[in-house]
Amino acid sequence: MAQVALADSGQPLSHPRSFFTKYIWSQDHKVIAIQYGLTAISVGIVALVLSGMMRLQLGFPDTFSFIDPSEYLQFVTMHGMIMVIYLLTALFLGGFGNYLIPLMVGARDMVFPYLNMLSYWIYLLSVIILMTSFFVADGSTGAGWTLYPPQAISYGTPGSDFGIVLMLISLAVFIVAFTMGGLNYVTTVLQARTHGMTMMRLPLTVWGILTATVLGLLAFPALLVSAIMMTFDRLLGTSFFMPAMMSMGEQTDHDGGSPVLFQHLFWFFGHPEVYIVALPAFGIVSDLLSVHARKNIFGYRMMVWAIIGIGGLSFIVWAHHMYVSGMNPYFGFFFATTTLIIAVPTAIKVYNWVLTLWRGNIHFTVPMLFAIGFIFTFTHGGLTGIFLGNVVVDLPLSDTYFVVAHFHMVMGVSPILVVFGAIYHWFPKITGRMFNDTLGKLHFWGTFLGTYSIYLPMHYLGFLGVPRRYFAYEGIDFIPESALQLNSGITVAALFVAAVQLIFLVNMIWSVFKGKKADPNPWNATTLEWLTPQTPPEHGNWGPELPRVYRWAYAYSVPGAEKDFITQIEPPREDDTLGHPENERAT
Amino acid sequence: MTIIVTFVVLTVLGSYWWLWTHRVTEKPWLVEGIPEDHSKAREPYQASRTGLIIFLAVVTSLFSLFASAYFIRMQLDDWTPLAEPSLLWVNTGMLVLGSIVIQWASYCSGKEQLRNTQHALLATGFFTGCFIFGQLWVWQELVNNGFYIRSGPAVAFFYVITGLHMLHMFGGLWVWCRTTLNLWSGTELLEMKQSIQLCRTYWHYLLLVWMALFGLLLST
Repeated sequence: MAQVALADSGQPLSHPRSFFTKYIWSQDHKVIAIQYGLTAISVGIVALVLSGMMRLQLGFPDTFSFIDPSEYLQFVTMHGMIMVIYLLTALFLGGFGNYLIPLMVGARDMVFPYLNMLSYWIYLLSVIILMTSFFVADGSTGAGWTLYPPQAISYGTPGSDFGIVLMLISLAVFIVAFTMGGLNYVTTVLQARTHGMTMMRLPLTVWGILTATVLGLLAFPALLVSAIMMTFDRLLGTSFFMPAMMSMGEQTDHDGGSPVLFQHLFWFFGHPEVYIVALPAFGIVSDLLSVHARKNIFGYRMMVWAIIGIGGLSFIVWAHHMYVSGMNPYFGFFFATTTLIIAVPTAIKVYNWVLTLWRGNIHFTVPMLFAIGFIFTFTHGGLTGIFLGNVVVDLPLSDTYFVVAHFHMVMGVSPILVVFGAIYHWFPKITGRMFNDTLGKLHFWGTFLGTYSIYLPMHYLGFLGVPRRYFAYEGIDFIPESALQLNSGITVAALFVAAVQLIFLVNMIWSVFKGKKADPNPWNATTLEWLTPQTPPEHGNWGPELPRVYRWAYAYSVPGAEKDFITQIEPPREDDTLGHPENERAT
Repeated sequence: MTIIVTFVVLTVLGSYWWLWTHRVTEKPWLVEGIPEDHSKAREPYQASRTGLIIFLAVVTSLFSLFASAYFIRMQLDDWTPLAEPSLLWVNTGMLVLGSIVIQWASYCSGKEQLRNTQHALLATGFFTGCFIFGQLWVWQELVNNGFYIRSGPAVAFFYVITGLHMLHMFGGLWVWCRTTLNLWSGTELLEMKQSIQLCRTYWHYLLLVWMALFGLLLST
């Protein structure tokens, strides 16, 4: 059963000649990855600006006349949706997935390059549709990123005329794009691994992206079903989700629909979505820690099993987002239990990251700083997730800033730290140049300390009962003046973090053109992407011969070895036992 | 949500089984060299087939979700069952015939019988066209009888589910169209064999999906 397909199928790659086919209408996975990455980061900057506007209002109410309550809700909604779907999902899978999978498995390209190219352009179309909603008559939707009916499509909610329709269409288009890309990522890993690249020799980055893609392929249809049915409710007057209700003093045409049905469908997508973002981050951070601590990842097998275990479990925890929806209490018990169970493989991963660092030869490079920062923020966000996984704790905290703090730590800051770490780590391979180390470190400390200054106080606001989603808090008796002052402080921290990102942008742009020429393998890593004949790799990646893989991806500091790393393509020596007396030879 | 959860659990267990057969329990730090079974090359067809199977899993997820939503929505008070038009039986027959002839096309392509393959493919297009035409006729019949999409949740589900199924048939017809045109314009049968086999799998799959959906509609 266990055999592997080879990327060298005899089909010649068509090498593009014109600028247009090389850089725009390109089928090269690396160009597509960069297209995905740049688009996702651009739209992410829009979402960052929106969050800045929200914070301006919360920190300094009645100061900025250009932010009214409707716009505030629109900013909240668009910020959330862009960050989760159009930035993080697209960047981890479309960006890093595209760039790294063929290189790490030793393939020349994705197995369906044309489909891969279409995937990007359709993704871009979804982004354009979404951005268009800022400019339609009633503006973008302000329904909250979860788009709950009935308010999402009821008159009175910002953007209920066109904004919500554009959002739903954009999501549907995004899902089509994701499916095209996802089919490529999974099929390439399953069918195009090079000689000797067994599943258990895959770097954890590939495991994370592979599992996340499978989750996406199975879970995104739930969002598509929700989007189709809600579009029908909005445009054709069906009542899938819309109950009988009064709106603007009049009975609406809808009757009998179930808003809770939408919640089930949405969260059946929504919870796996957390792991669609988290699993690639888990994989990447494992590789960064191992490379920069010059030590093999602790418990590789357990890390793989944890990734696929989390992937499976992520489909049976969705209703922990719905404790306050009035569902049957026995469901709450079931979903609280599964939620706590999923913490076990997640905790295993955290322990293994820490144990990888233990007695490692830690190099405090910029990627390593971001990776270590991730361990802090993810542990922090994960622990508050255990709080919220329990029904009795969740009920009072559900509508407060505690939840905002939790999901931003676990799903905002943590993956973004990994994104930055990964960009710094693979920047030399992608561009052929090194980034400025000092600016990178400044960027890390500003981001890490700044985001903590934002989200740590938010937990306290949550305990005070400060409700989320509100435009203003003045005149609410139980909210003390100190909480309002804290809000101002959080806003200052948020603006600081936003400003720090300029350092990153300047560093990247400057380094692309003026950075020091990079070595092909500047971190002395073992995995295939660092072993291409050219840096940056050319179309086809490998020259005339595909690499042959002789060992796993984590041969660092092997006792008795000449160097502190042995690449995956280095043939075994006769006397080589890798320090393990029970070492075997496959051939 | 029982249907979708069951599907996902089965898929996850299937994936775990696949991983088990690919030595996911191996200790990779103890094994060096290239295992023998990794030096065999696979045909590109296998990538296409794998891609198709994964795509079919995605489509199954989509229809399972609709089926789950159907059952949840059905439990609410305003649900009035729809009496399915009898023409659906005829349409089902057309789809079955389409599936049979594409199987025949695949068989003939295996035997390298170009003429028979071409005819069988044309017949596939004819029967599938009849199915789609019949489905649209059913829609017209419903509209004539006053069953519009907003007439009730059962009717709305009927339109959405049958519409989505037709959309997937159109996707299949696009590939069928390319394959058939290539075959008639002189492309070697051997080159198109894989494409015909993939079409066959897709047609059988969509027949199964339709059977499941039709069963769902009839039983409720």
